[in-house]
Amino acid sequence: MMTNYGNRMTQGQFSFLPDMTDEQITMQIKYALDNKWAVNIEYTDDPHPRNTYWEMYGMPMFDMTDPAGILMEINECRKTFANCYIRVMASDATRGTESVKMSYIVNRPSNEPGYNLVREERTGRTQGYTILPYACDKPEGERS
Amino acid sequence: MTEENETPKIILPDDTPVDLQKELRLSNVQEVLDELDKELIGLKPVKTRIRETAALLLVDRVRNKMNLTAASPTLHMSFTGNPGTGKTTVALRMAEILHRLEYVRTGQLVTVTRDDLVGQYIGHTAPKTKEVIKKAMGGVLFIDEAYYLYKPENERDYGAESIEILLQVMENNRDDLVVVLAGYKDKMDTFFHSNPGMRSRVAHHIDFPDYSPDELLMIAKLMLADQNYRLSDDAAEALLEYTKRRMKMIHFANARSIRNALDRARLRQANRLFNSTSKSVKKIDLMTIEAEDILASRVFEEGTLDMDGDEGADIKPQEPIVDS
Ligand SMILES: Nc1ncnc2c1ncn2[C@@H]1O[C@H](COP(=O)(O)OP(=O)(O)O)[C@@H](O)[C@H]1O
Ligand SMILES: [Mg+2]
Repeated sequence: MMTNYGNRMTQGQFSFLPDMTDEQITMQIKYALDNKWAVNIEYTDDPHPRNTYWEMYGMPMFDMTDPAGILMEINECRKTFANCYIRVMASDATRGTESVKMSYIVNRPSNEPGYNLVREERTGRTQGYTILPYACDKPEGERS
Repeated sequence: MTEENETPKIILPDDTPVDLQKELRLSNVQEVLDELDKELIGLKPVKTRIRETAALLLVDRVRNKMNLTAASPTLHMSFTGNPGTGKTTVALRMAEILHRLEYVRTGQLVTVTRDDLVGQYIGHTAPKTKEVIKKAMGGVLFIDEAYYLYKPENERDYGAESIEILLQVMENNRDDLVVVLAGYKDKMDTFFHSNPGMRSRVAHHIDFPDYSPDELLMIAKLMLADQNYRLSDDAAEALLEYTKRRMKMIHFANARSIRNALDRARLRQANRLFNSTSKSVKKIDLMTIEAEDILASRVFEEGTLDMDGDEGADIKPQEPIVDS
């Protein structure tokens, strides 16, 4: 089970820890808001580590003063995409770009089957390796 | 994992002394109440109700500290009264009081009307209302002229959808959001009558009375002092007379009408000083509104309104009114 330790995808902050409670998530959101960062929510069904850009759930939330509104939005997203990965991101605009400061998972599929390690025979007996998430076995739109 | 860390509930003996005055000092709420007293003229019944509400919340907070748990009090309110009677101003103070007593996390007041909540087409309303709620979370949401959300003559009006979402949040997110509904008394009564869901969730009804001419004069003096102006004695008398006449006319909006009248008086004062032949304008002249600055209003000359017709009432002026 080298590719799927603990049957959990580990990306972003806190992903080696147990799933955060809503109170803990609220504290993290508060930290972002206190730093004047914009928070947004994203989801995907593809846990490949190189899958960088996930789908945005609504617009990034600017001008927010309190975490409760964002938590409400997270819960809406959880309802709609219950069996997807959902992450919360916080971006800092002080340098003139929205640079990512935080990124952590707040929802996971009930079953995380991990990755298929594919070995490729190359010339001169060299080996190439790649991984394919089992979660992506089916075509997009037929997963979940 | 929290179960092990939770502090064991200590049951205090029934005769444990309680220092309410100390609690009041700690919360800094007295400061806001004093400011309210000082900065708002009149409004006796409103001030009393706010004091009572503050007392209720303070006692509730102390009870909580002593583990005398009860359901957290419903804080949603309705402010009824004619335009310009101070509803928005008091709502701002209320948000501050709730913040100091830790019933809301931020002291922010988000003011909206029907247009901010209700959409133009199917599927537009829910995201709009939710967006507003999201922004207002942790503070106070002030819905001005709330009864326009409900249009009984059009059963497919999207306002009903907005009310539905608001009701849900008012019930489920009581710790996150306090909603204040504001508007005319009679229209609000009708609104509550046809929306029992709203009525049952709004616990505090505060009615804002109209101001007397004397109170309006005091308000005028306060507003002017804020901007480093003063009324001459004659001007004060003229303004009192102006107020009495203005009150009987259409679109009267209490303190707001006075504010507008003062803005026009400042304009006339500036013109008078500018056109005066005497060379010696002194600092005191720059500060003083004279009787003539007020008596030049059309309210005196023809018994009609000045140019801008004093916004605030929701009836459109029948015809464009031109300033004298
Ligand atoms: N009691 C008062 N004392 C001093 N100023 C007042 C008082 N009531 C209202 N005002 C002023 O009148 C204006 C209109 O008040 P507002 O709170 O907007 O009324 P409403 O929301 O009821 O229409 C504001 O500029 C406010 O500062
Ligand atoms: Mg108002």
